[in-house]
Amino acid sequence: MSNDHVSNLMKGHMETLAAEGKRADGRGINEYREVKIETGMLNTAEGSAMVHLGKTKILCGIKMLIGTPYGDSPKSGTMTTSTELAPLADQSFDPGPPREQSIELSRVVDRGIRESRMIDFEALCIEEGEKVWMVYIDLHILDNNGNLFDACTLAAASALSNAKIPNVQHSVADKDVDLPVTCWPISCTFGKLGNTVILDPTSDEEGVMTARFTVAHDENGNLRAAQKGMNGAFTDAEIREAVKTARTSDNVLREALKGIQ
Amino acid sequence: MAGQTDMELIKNGVRLDGRKPDELREVKIVAGVLDNADGSCYLEWGNNKVYAGVFGPMECHPRHKQKADRAIVQARYTMAPFSVNDRKRPGLDRRSTEISYIASQAFEKVVMVEEFPKASIRVDMQVVEAHAGTRCAAITAASVALADAGIPMRDMIPACASGKVNDVVVLDLNKEEDNYGQADLPLAIIPSTKEVVLLQLDGHLTPDEFEKAMDLATSGCMDLYEKMRNALDNRYGGSA
Repeated sequence: MSNDHVSNLMKGHMETLAAEGKRADGRGINEYREVKIETGMLNTAEGSAMVHLGKTKILCGIKMLIGTPYGDSPKSGTMTTSTELAPLADQSFDPGPPREQSIELSRVVDRGIRESRMIDFEALCIEEGEKVWMVYIDLHILDNNGNLFDACTLAAASALSNAKIPNVQHSVADKDVDLPVTCWPISCTFGKLGNTVILDPTSDEEGVMTARFTVAHDENGNLRAAQKGMNGAFTDAEIREAVKTARTSDNVLREALKGIQ
Repeated sequence: MAGQTDMELIKNGVRLDGRKPDELREVKIVAGVLDNADGSCYLEWGNNKVYAGVFGPMECHPRHKQKADRAIVQARYTMAPFSVNDRKRPGLDRRSTEISYIASQAFEKVVMVEEFPKASIRVDMQVVEAHAGTRCAAITAASVALADAGIPMRDMIPACASGKVNDVVVLDLNKEEDNYGQADLPLAIIPSTKEVVLLQLDGHLTPDEFEKAMDLATSGCMDLYEKMRNALDNRYGGSA
């Protein structure tokens, strides 16, 4: 997702700024861009949301189908997350089957949602061992301006929060009901710019930074998922500090999420 | 992670396999076990069995992946169809693709890639028997194989997981703990600087538990590092 074409001049500029606690777009190093969430704009989807994180724009749609449960969890519904890095979102995205970047992105978002138990999987059981609801989270990136990890997690959580189980369409019951949601995971992503750790990197910053760290917390401030990415490294202290910062900085995203509930 | 479980995985401070919470499973590392690879390693970690082979530096294929100013590391993690109870479909699934990708990036931090512009260093990790913790086993084995191949590196990277079972933070989850535990945190570090090159987490950890899990995994990595150096020492003699 990083932009390969950031000039050395820009690189030096951004690293110098970061060392002084500043950013090219005027933000502080632990500050999110403006967040905006809209929900329920798609009629064909069971749930939908559009998230704007600065200029990054993600559309998420939830579809639910009936299928058979996995053998080792006959009473649980299932969940599948995929992301589409469509060529229209960024010059560097190629058409074709999902690449490593998109697989990593989907799996990190998936873990944040799954491990927080945001969805009550047992409530998705229709007939033990035979029929369960399968939840498909499809994330379409429309505009990439960096930090797809947080934007995608936010979009997935938002879309799930307004999803309705399509009981009528599949003749399961005579009324559609809300998808049971138990908690609200929020992911925070940091980048290492020179020797400074910044929150919510833009694509320009992603082109310059050497390492990425994403951590997802639930609303009680407990860790649910994390992932370090890219070929640089964080010091032990930087990781621990980032986890602490995430717990306070994710408020902005939580407020935005609360606005749609 | 299964989260809440009625299973008693720790009884009086002893785990199902008899280990204490901060104890590693037994690890055996042998460097230089394959003929064709430029460097190789066989590693047993508990019942996990992993082979790693390294080729290169060599011309990078496909060519569009070449970098003009450095080499790339192309790591490939695969699990053999017979490595788990149900037959696993061979080849790269989404999980293996993700592990291969983050392992490649972790190695690129320590391999002196800037010495080999346009080249590729291929790192193949083959899990032949899997009992939880295979990504750590594979990365550790591959580090030894890279050293065995004589690839210039700043350091080797040991990888080790910590986690949480029955509300206790433990080192190196076994199969039952992985299936029924509450959290899993694989970590790979550069021992000389303690920098983190790979970190994943899934499950549920409080902030304090996270700190403790980081400490445990780091000490696990340092123990492994000793064993990795011994493996090279055994193959090449002298004080590695």
